[in-house]
Amino acid sequence: MVNAPAGAKESLSPSQLDGQQDQALGRLITVYIMGKAYEVPAEATIMGAIEYAGHQIIRGAGCREGYCGACATIYRLPGDYKIRTGLACMTMVEEGMTLAQIPSVPAEKAIYDIEKLKPNVTAIQEMYPTVFRCVACNTCTKSCPQGLQVMDYVQAAKRGDIAEVMDLSFDCVVCGLCMLRCPAEITQPLMGIMAKRLYGRYLRKESHELVERVKAVNDGVYEAEYAEMMSMNREALSKRYYARDSE
Amino acid sequence: MYPDYMAESLRKVVETRPKRLELARKSGPVYPPMDAEERQKVLEGFHPDYEPSARRAVCVGPNKGETLTTEVADLLESHSWLRSEQVDLTKPDIETDVLIIGGGGAGCNAALVAMREHGVRSVIATKLRMGDANTMMSQGGMQAAVSRTDSPTRHYLDAIGGGHFENKPELVKALTEDGPGVVKWLEDLGVVWDKEEDGSMKVMHGGGTSRKRMVSCRDYTGAMIMRTLMDEVRNHPDMIEVKEFMPAVELIMDDKGQCAGAVLYNMDSEEFITVKAKSTIVATGGYGRLHIRGYDTTNHYGATGDGLVMAYRAGAKLMYMDSVQYHPTGVSFPEQIAGFLVTEAIRGAGGQPLNKDGELFVFPREPRDIEASAIIRECVQNGGGVPTPSGRVGVWLDSPLIDMLHGEGYTERHFPAMYRQFIRYGIDITKLPMLIYPSLHYQNGGIEINERCETDLPGLYVAGEASGGLHGRNRLMGNSVLDYNVFGRRAGKYASEYAKSVKLGKLSVAHLDAYEKQLADANVQTDLVTPILLPSYAPKDVKKRQLVRGGNTLPGTSVLQNRLHDDAFSPAGAK
Repeated sequence: MVNAPAGAKESLSPSQLDGQQDQALGRLITVYIMGKAYEVPAEATIMGAIEYAGHQIIRGAGCREGYCGACATIYRLPGDYKIRTGLACMTMVEEGMTLAQIPSVPAEKAIYDIEKLKPNVTAIQEMYPTVFRCVACNTCTKSCPQGLQVMDYVQAAKRGDIAEVMDLSFDCVVCGLCMLRCPAEITQPLMGIMAKRLYGRYLRKESHELVERVKAVNDGVYEAEYAEMMSMNREALSKRYYARDSE
Repeated sequence: MYPDYMAESLRKVVETRPKRLELARKSGPVYPPMDAEERQKVLEGFHPDYEPSARRAVCVGPNKGETLTTEVADLLESHSWLRSEQVDLTKPDIETDVLIIGGGGAGCNAALVAMREHGVRSVIATKLRMGDANTMMSQGGMQAAVSRTDSPTRHYLDAIGGGHFENKPELVKALTEDGPGVVKWLEDLGVVWDKEEDGSMKVMHGGGTSRKRMVSCRDYTGAMIMRTLMDEVRNHPDMIEVKEFMPAVELIMDDKGQCAGAVLYNMDSEEFITVKAKSTIVATGGYGRLHIRGYDTTNHYGATGDGLVMAYRAGAKLMYMDSVQYHPTGVSFPEQIAGFLVTEAIRGAGGQPLNKDGELFVFPREPRDIEASAIIRECVQNGGGVPTPSGRVGVWLDSPLIDMLHGEGYTERHFPAMYRQFIRYGIDITKLPMLIYPSLHYQNGGIEINERCETDLPGLYVAGEASGGLHGRNRLMGNSVLDYNVFGRRAGKYASEYAKSVKLGKLSVAHLDAYEKQLADANVQTDLVTPILLPSYAPKDVKKRQLVRGGNTLPGTSVLQNRLHDDAFSPAGAK
């Protein structure tokens, strides 16, 4: 694969360069979207550039703010052999960038009953045995657009250290780029989700006041006060509201 | 990095900081909170809802004659993709007990409750992937009265005062009394809440809270909840069938006036698919992608108010659809992330909004509509804003205070998403303030429901942002995360109970023809076809060329190519 694929440059109409919007957008650069050249604003994100080119994204856009992982993208830069990874909504275009979005990363989620699992290495072995194929190459970590220590949490999973997996995978957006790049075919994000659930379910510190509060609600402790406030007129309620103390 | 011309203003922020830090360390408020009269004045003067063109009367449907947000009225006065003769209902493509439209937090909760507590099967039909929803994006937390100093009734008072006493009381009671139970339900499913050393819930303030009540999962609260719910839904493929990239485009009724399913649209093959269901839950979320008044939005890609218009055509009444929530702190600079959410928890942790001279001008934790209006006032009336290179304006949100108040490393530990968001553009929020301006955030109103999530239409249930009444005309921070959990669960329960007893009649979409006739009778001239499904961000001239294809001005052609309303729905660029 060469860096700059063939493809006619789409020249922009003069009208496109008119108008306030385009003034604000400023300088244009060339990028190759799935092999085809487009001129796009130099300050655009990859997602902005794809849309500027007139594509209607169906797969490949979700929250558009870096939380949902829908917009996994791979790209290369001119004169550089490296395959780079990023979220399209968070990554800026660069001159000569050649890019493709990953519409979906095939991966099989383990089906399990969390009530029947224990927060230990056995759960990992049974549900995500591919974790033990890790060759510690660190490609997952290098491909993570969130900058997470993915390989470290895979290692923690091998040790059955569920708390460590939870902590290190906490900010994972499940874009799937690590599992696409992994030579051992591990599905890191899915294992991470299971580990987080195991932590929340079994390894958390119990909140006694939460348990007590739930019981108090069920016992109807607050019913009388609810009834009182719900029968108050707006004026009386407003008075109580503005007079309330604050923590 | 910030452009050089902002250096002088940034210097003033640093200059005033020691004094403001001292204020923040004291127990009282850092700036006097507004009383009722001051609140009303700033709202009427500066909230975007009060601009003259912001609202107009809708001339068709159940709310006919009522004044609504202009863009909502436009959305409702539009054509359907379908006419009754185009839809064959004699043999539905799919049959199920409960059809859930929307795969966000409310929809997943409903499916899980239907299955676990009632043994009822469901189909979740969703526009994009499951979890592509505003649920995924909530950062700062969820309100729930779990601490010893707090109570569900105090939560009730805060919520109803924040909503200016217009909230439906029975909904607020449901929300606040179910709150602690929701924390427990999610924890047992495996949500990792932030905790104190002794295991008690870590709680923070939000705007309008009189007790620390915000429970959180760092600043990935919504993502943690959503991924947990989705994972559990996917553990039960035998009971919950998930149809992705299959949005509903219209509801199906029966000849007794009961809701009986929906017509889905396959985004890949462009087929229309009929689903017959004993009960139907609309959990389609809000409308931020309508870019009301040209505002940037914090919302996800699919937030186009689909459920509103479908339910409205079928005869469900809407409530408080004249009220829009602008989040006080959307990003103003850098341009690439303009409109993105800066969690309110930043202010909850001590961040202060400042004008260009580094001075406080508002109590940092007013209810959202008040805080947003005060920021707009500071920029528009007082000239206290900092202009950005692309023509936006913003005020500072002094985030470096947070580490000074809570210790070094606190921001990175508790706000990793925020830190990441800005550091990509060379702005370290532990050292520099953020430049912010209100951003279109939330649909305060929606399809009117009661505490059982029932609507005017038997068999139609609504939960989450698509519903109206709970928040009055102003929602407080953290109450939407609780909303979709509480009412998603309730919708699952009541829709399941109903599904067990209902007898459906003959299926029909005759309401679409009747609605079309109302439009004609009211002499509505529009080429808008809804639901909109996805906004288009193509430049204007590209859009024009896309619409050259003949016959595209009528419904029934490709949904995705047939987006005609390019003026109203163009991206909110520089205002």
